[in-house]
Amino acid sequence: MITRLGRWIGKHLPLTLGILVLLYMYIPNFIVALMSFNDSSQSRNLYQFQAFTWDNWLNPCEPQGMCESLRVSISIGLLATLVSTIIGTLAAFALVRHRFEGRSTMNLVLFLPMATPEIVMGSSLLALFVAAGFGGQLGFWTVLIAHIMFCISFVVVTVRSRLAGLDSNLEKAAMDLYANEWQAFWKITFPLVFPGILSAALLAFSLSFDDFIITNLNSGTTVTFPMFVWGSAQRGVPMQVNVIGTLMFLIALTVVIGGEVASRRRAKGKAAAL
Amino acid sequence: MESLQRVFGRNAAYWLIGPAALWLAVFFLFPMLSLLTTSLSDPAGSPIYGYDMTWRLQNYGEALGEYWPYLIRSLMYAGIATLLCLVLGYVLAYAIAFKAGRWKTVMLVLVVAPFFTSFLVRTLSWKLILADNGWVVNTLQAVHILGPEGRLLATPFAVIMGLTYNFLPFMILPLYTSLEKIDPRLTEAAADLYASPFQRFSKVVWPLSIPGVVGGTLLTFIPATGDYINASLLGSPNTQMVGNKIQQLFTTASDYPHAAALSVILMVLIVAMVLFYVRRAGTEELL
Repeated sequence: MITRLGRWIGKHLPLTLGILVLLYMYIPNFIVALMSFNDSSQSRNLYQFQAFTWDNWLNPCEPQGMCESLRVSISIGLLATLVSTIIGTLAAFALVRHRFEGRSTMNLVLFLPMATPEIVMGSSLLALFVAAGFGGQLGFWTVLIAHIMFCISFVVVTVRSRLAGLDSNLEKAAMDLYANEWQAFWKITFPLVFPGILSAALLAFSLSFDDFIITNLNSGTTVTFPMFVWGSAQRGVPMQVNVIGTLMFLIALTVVIGGEVASRRRAKGKAAAL
Repeated sequence: MESLQRVFGRNAAYWLIGPAALWLAVFFLFPMLSLLTTSLSDPAGSPIYGYDMTWRLQNYGEALGEYWPYLIRSLMYAGIATLLCLVLGYVLAYAIAFKAGRWKTVMLVLVVAPFFTSFLVRTLSWKLILADNGWVVNTLQAVHILGPEGRLLATPFAVIMGLTYNFLPFMILPLYTSLEKIDPRLTEAAADLYASPFQRFSKVVWPLSIPGVVGGTLLTFIPATGDYINASLLGSPNTQMVGNKIQQLFTTASDYPHAAALSVILMVLIVAMVLFYVRRAGTEELL
């Protein structure tokens, strides 16, 4: 058994090393999942596994303020996703399908937010808000504005790559078959680009939900989930934070795998129809 | 698209790009200008009553004079972390692109999936793993790699490890994209011409993957330099990075002009290094 494993590793060395790197990436996820079952009521030591319990999963909202911060993060995340996905998708269409004056400038402007450290982006927005007299009103709306700003570029990049791989002859073929422009767009182009838009939206939501650096500078007294985690880190994070982390991971995995299965089934269906 | 062209008239492109352009102008470019004016203002003011714009260039000298060790430390930590990411990321991206076969998509999904457990939560769990009485430290002490008083947490090692861990996916994805484009027949051809495995890698695969290497190192190095979360959670006061200082100056000290000056210095440093690097790597079309 061991010699067979050894021979397999010898034959597949690059793959084995790759799998080891992948496992390394999962060490913290494993710890988070484990700690979500930790009974921390026995001891003040929050950095060791004490005893197994289901309690954290049964009362996820027990720590004061945690679920409120979760609600804030989800609302901001959904709004930021909606706005940035619409704005970004329109921009991606303009960049792929049109040659217009200022196109290369726009490409540069879209690239810049991705190449700027978050601390610089966050502090520049704060400088603007304070200079404009909004220093006292930092909160939900300023965070939302910031999140939409840094999501746009990522949406454009994701949708653009999908759109660029699309054969525009398909649309022309549809029009040859007497589809009008709107029909060609809604029946041909949009369904083909949609997976790209969906993954852009998923990316935007996770970027917004996870952001701490920019949010922390522009949030005033509003507390998002990452800020709650940060604030509680000094005293010892409640075990329920691990429940939320594990849950997020499971939900995202389900969405991604679900999408993958659906697209595979569709591909199979198409192959069968041919 | 011709269809939309007819609906919106000749200006369709501008209608489509308009919202994005406007948003980024108002909330990205304009703030950068605002940061610049703040950095030249008189620090005598306050965030509530405002700062007087006095072209006070000394702010830069003062910020640099006081905080240059943080800048050096940030560049060093981020540089080492980027190198480690390159090594680990290349191994995994190579395995997915050439060796994963029908497991390719699954492995790619697995690379992105850890992202979705909030990254602060994941970083905090490293605190648990590297803790002074944790089994990692105990094992390393038992085999005398670490002295009896040795520790991992609150050291530069922990901070660099955290940076490496957090930014690894940013390295893997661009590397994978460029490795995936390489035609495997090229390495087969090299093998037919008696190239050793090492030569096949150094003369064929590596040069073709340079765009991915450049993209990946930029996507890792830039955010890692500005990061302060790893330094705060896994480090000690002696391992603070420039992000920690900027954050502190803005929030606790409320010294906006010096904070802004430090922010601008960081940005200028990064832009200069990126331009130099991209030029050296010879892939200017990237920018």
